[in-house]
This record gives sequence, C-alpha cells and structure tokens, in this order.
Amino acid sequence: MLKIKNLEVSLNKKNILNKIDLSIKKNETHVLIGQNGAGKSTLAQSIMGNPNYLVKGEIIFDSYDLLKLDPQQRAGLGIFLSFQQVLEIPGVKIYDYLRLLYKKSHEQRLTPLKFKAFLKEKMDLLNFDAEFLTRYLNCGFSGGEKKKMEILQMLVLEPKLIILDEIDSGLDIDAIETVAKAINFLKKEKQSSILLITHYSRILNFIDINQVHLLDKGKIMANGNASLAKQIESQGFAAFLKEQI
Amino acid sequence: MKQVSLKKLNDAYQDRFGFVMPEKSVVSFDFGLSPEVIENISKSKQEPTWMRDFRLQSLQIFYQKKMPTWGPSLAEIDFAKIRYFIKDTDVEKKTWDDVPKEIKDTFDRLGVPQAEKEFLAGVKAQYNSEVAYSSLQAVLDEQGVIFCSMEEALRKHKKLFKEYFATLIPATDNKFAALNSAAWSGGSFVYIPKNTQVKRPLQSYFRINAARMGQFERTLIIADEGSSAQYVEGCTAPVYSEYSLHAAVVEVFVKKNARFRYSTIQNWSGNIYNLVTKRAKVFGNGVMEWVDGNLGAKTTMKYPSCYLVEEGAYGEMLSIAYAKDQQIQDTGAKMLHLASNTSSKIIAKSVSVTGGQSNYRGLVYVDKAASNCKSKVECDALILDAQSSTNTFPDMKIFGDEASVTHEASVSEIEEEKLFYLMSRGLNKTEAMTLLVAGFIEPIVKELPLEYAVELNRLIELEMEGSVG
Repeated sequence: MLKIKNLEVSLNKKNILNKIDLSIKKNETHVLIGQNGAGKSTLAQSIMGNPNYLVKGEIIFDSYDLLKLDPQQRAGLGIFLSFQQVLEIPGVKIYDYLRLLYKKSHEQRLTPLKFKAFLKEKMDLLNFDAEFLTRYLNCGFSGGEKKKMEILQMLVLEPKLIILDEIDSGLDIDAIETVAKAINFLKKEKQSSILLITHYSRILNFIDINQVHLLDKGKIMANGNASLAKQIESQGFAAFLKEQI
Repeated sequence: MKQVSLKKLNDAYQDRFGFVMPEKSVVSFDFGLSPEVIENISKSKQEPTWMRDFRLQSLQIFYQKKMPTWGPSLAEIDFAKIRYFIKDTDVEKKTWDDVPKEIKDTFDRLGVPQAEKEFLAGVKAQYNSEVAYSSLQAVLDEQGVIFCSMEEALRKHKKLFKEYFATLIPATDNKFAALNSAAWSGGSFVYIPKNTQVKRPLQSYFRINAARMGQFERTLIIADEGSSAQYVEGCTAPVYSEYSLHAAVVEVFVKKNARFRYSTIQNWSGNIYNLVTKRAKVFGNGVMEWVDGNLGAKTTMKYPSCYLVEEGAYGEMLSIAYAKDQQIQDTGAKMLHLASNTSSKIIAKSVSVTGGQSNYRGLVYVDKAASNCKSKVECDALILDAQSSTNTFPDMKIFGDEASVTHEASVSEIEEEKLFYLMSRGLNKTEAMTLLVAGFIEPIVKELPLEYAVELNRLIELEMEGSVG
C-alpha cells in the first residue's frame, strides 16, 4: 500500500534523508525508531507533503505517485499524520471542525444527531469530556490533551495509513494505553496501516507490530521484528549502532 | 489573475446581494444640494418649523465645514451628483400584508432567515429613505417601548425627540454630521422606559437601492435609567458603477444603570463611501457596547465613541474590519473618560486582502477631572498578501490621575505551518484559509446575533473563494 523507494529529502539545502526504502502493506504496523535528529519527523512530513521539504525519489501510495499530490489530496487518499508539534488554531470550534473533517473524508452524510452519536463514541474511547467540543482547536490544551485531540481527528477521518509522530511523548502510561486502544480500534475496524514513530518501547506493549526500522543520520540502519525494538532499548542506541558497524 | 477573481467576486455579490429592483419612487428630487432641496425634503415630510430651520442651518454649516483631510481621500465624492431624497412608499404600512411585494422580495433575496420571519412583525425595515414597514410588536407596546421611524417620532413624541435630538452630535461636529443634519431621512427612534428589560434585539435592515442616492439615516436611542436593550442593524447594497454616499448619524443615551448594545454589520458594495458618526453618552454605572463589523464599501470612516460622563460608566467597542480590492477600512473607536472611576475597552480586529487597507484609528481621552480610570485597547491585524496593508493610529490623551491605560497591537500573517496542518487533514487551501480567518475574528463574531454570525462566516467563505489563487 505504501512504497517508498530511494527517497532523498533536504530542508533549506541541507540533506536530511538518504536512500530510504520502506514498504508497508495493508493492515501492517511498522515502527520507526531512532535518536533525535535522525530524520524521523522529516520522513513523516515528507509523506504528508510538507512543502518546505525538497523530496526526490518515489513515494507510491495505492498506485498514486504522492510526490505529484498536494497535502489535502494525500489526506483525501486516506493518509493521516499526527503532528509531533501540535498547532493551536484560535477561534475554530472543535465540533464544527470535526464535522467538516467528517464531511471531507466520508461519502456518507450524517445528520447532526447521528454525527454527535458517532463523535461521542470516539470521545468516550479517549476519555474526552463533551465540554471540549465548544473549545477552540488545541488552544490552551495540555501536551497530553493535544495528543489526544490528534487521535480524535484520526478517529473521525478513519484513515487508511496512519503516521504517528511521537504520539506517546508527554503521555502518562494510562494515556498511552488509551491512545493504543484507539489505534487498535482502527486497525481492527478499518484495516488501517500504521507507521509509528517513537523513542520508547512502552507503547509497543499495547500494539502488535510487524516490523521495526532503525533510522540513524538519515539512513535506515536495521530492520527487524518486535524484538529489535526491545534489543535496542536494552542496549541503548549508541551501543547497538556500534555493534551494527 | 486579480481581475478574474475580482470579477468572480462581483458576480457573486451581484447574485447574492447585487440585484437591483426597479425603482419606483413616489417622490424623488433632482440631483444636488441647495436650500430649496432641503426645504422640499422638510415640506414633503410635513415637518415643524424648528426642524426645517435646523436643516437649513445645518446646510450652512455643511457649506462652511472643510472636508476632513486627516484620513483616507474623499476627493472623489461629488456632492452635486448625489440625489438627496427618495421616498419609496408614501405612507408607513401597518401590517406586513400591506408591504409591497417588491420590498418583500428584496428581503427574501437578502435571505432574512426563516427563524426570524415570526419576528417580522417587529422588524423595522428601511427601504430607500423611509421606513417602509412599521408594525410594533405587541410586547414592545405593552412595555411602553417606543420603536419607530424618526419621522413618526418627530410627529408623535415631540418633547422626547426635541430634548435629545442632535444634542450629542450637533451639526457642527463634522462635515458629514452637518450633511446628515440637513438632509436626514429615515432611521430609527428608540426609547426604553425606566427599569424595562427588552429581551429580543430590536432590528432594522437598511438598503440602498437607487443609483446616486445618498443615505442619511438618523438614529436616536434613549435607554432610560435601569433599562436594558439591544439594537441590531445590518446592511447590504447593490452593485453600482457610480459613487454613492452613506453618512449616518447615530446618537445613543445610556442613562444611570442602563445597559445598551448596538450591533452593526455593514456590507456595502464596493462603490460606497460609508462615513458614519456614532456616539453614546453614558451616565452613572451605565454600560454601552458597540459591536461593529465593516465589510465592503469603497471607503469606510467610522469611529463610534462613548462619552463616559458619570462615575462607574463603562464603554466597550468590539470591531471587525475586512478590507479587500483597494478598499479602505478606516475604523476605530473613541473613549472619553470625563468622570472618575470610568472604564473602557476597545478590541479591534482587521483583515486585509487583495490590496485592501485597514487602519485602526482611535482615541482614549482621560479628562483632568477624572481619576482612577481604566482603559484597554487591543488591535490585531491579519494581512493575507503582500499587496494589502494595515496601519494603526492610536491616540492617547491622559490628563487624569491614576489612570491605567494599556494598548496592545499585533500584525500577523497566515502561518504556512497552520495551513499545512489543516490541509493535511483534508481541507483545501480555501477551506483552510476560511477557517483561519474566521477563527481570527471569532472572538467578535460570537458577540453577534446568530444569524449575523452565520452570514458573516458565509461572507468570509465567499471572500476566500475569490482571493485564494
């Protein structure tokens, strides 16, 4: 479903990613790990189409050449990215916003009443109070609330490919479990594919994974299964990388 | 590129607001201004001598006064090419059924919301120069509230009218107040008796529907002690190629412990000069709130003011200006603290796009005799492209002791990161821009009655469609 071939990305003429190859099949969960500055967020932003990045190579999604598409077209194909730095959007009421997102991503129209029921189910899953619906998008939210609001948008959009950029940082263990529940919900109900970017393996206790990729200095240094993440965590990045060389 | 989008926008306006009903005037005078024209206006309205004399004196003041030169250029206004009075219906209608179909059609096309139709019996609708429809709600009658045209008030409520009329904004105030004083026609008169709370907003719809016609409405509002009420006016206008002038005068008296809110949405077509004088006099512990949205018009100059004349008086101004396509929105507010322990707040937000210019021009004045006054001014400007501009002209004259006056101003652009964030959720650029712009003005929009808020958001959407290339 997602095929990345020989990807090269630079920002402000500075080369960040090199020769990246990565394939994610339908309903697979992949984990991308790596130290700060390895280029993980750059890869996520490049898949989503952030115009600041200069991207060469190939990103194919469901036979569409993503590099020819705008961010909203990529979203239209069913790609979702939860941002590491969640932006505050003043004056935009969450209820109105989510209703717009639903309309943009679904053929089927829901009456306001049905949409409210749909939304309530998702918000209950995340332990979100209904009071949030009248607030402005992400404004004055705590770090954890912002992450959960990203996940709520994901649940409304019901994307095919979900890219989660450090969704677990700043969350306590209960919140991690809640977020994992939401991810597993879409995995099960919509057969979504997932690319999970993380520093820690804690969230991996709650989600079954197919593959782990280690990114370092813009290159993929190792591929493996769930045990690779555990091994890297116990050894530490530096020691593990040394061993690889 | 810009020409195309401008045309598209005009077409959209033509479709939504710019329709032109056939002119069918009962009395109309030729172009230009003279003592004869003024006398004819007065005669056709069967006015008392004092009003005729007031008009004629005002005309002399108008001749003597110089055009204001401190703001946007008004050089293109040609007073000789304006028709100063058109009366569309010769008598005021008693019931909605009597209102001419043409006029009803106008309201239908304006999209007066369905939910509001039930209230239509209480709506004051101005069509051209005179109040076309005037049936007071039974509730208002019962409460002793007066809500009628200025012409009717002059006939039926002589004492009250004369006691307040032009006492807050005399003809000598400025050239356009003088012009209005000479040629005024139509507008609302409101009197809220002591300790009376009016729940539903009093509404009026204004419309200019004749070429080269100046509109000079005059509104006079008295909220007596301990009363509270809200007045809402909304304007749209057809598209014309010739310049048109709108110079209204609004006087509001907020007595002791009274509370009054005056909300306006103005969306004149791009050929209109909108030069309005609005002023409120606020007595002890009274509260006056102006909520003002200016879209459209060629040039708008409007600085509603509050004269805080007794202790505890409070004045507030919330405004939105939207300037596009070479429009100039020169707006702001004036807060005059003339007594101790008075306070005021001004929040002004502006959006400039496709070559529009929005200026904030305001004054906070604290008199020498007024101590312990507080004032807060906040101006936020959003600029959507490089052709557009914004300016701030805040004036502060603080003479009183222990005054606390703050002024904050910000100028921002649409952040690319925010656009990308919203677009990554599936919104196209227009939708994302609309959300960001609507979100920027939301703190003010939320103070408007719901149907106005909805209409304003729809307008922003329409504007964004025209300006996102």
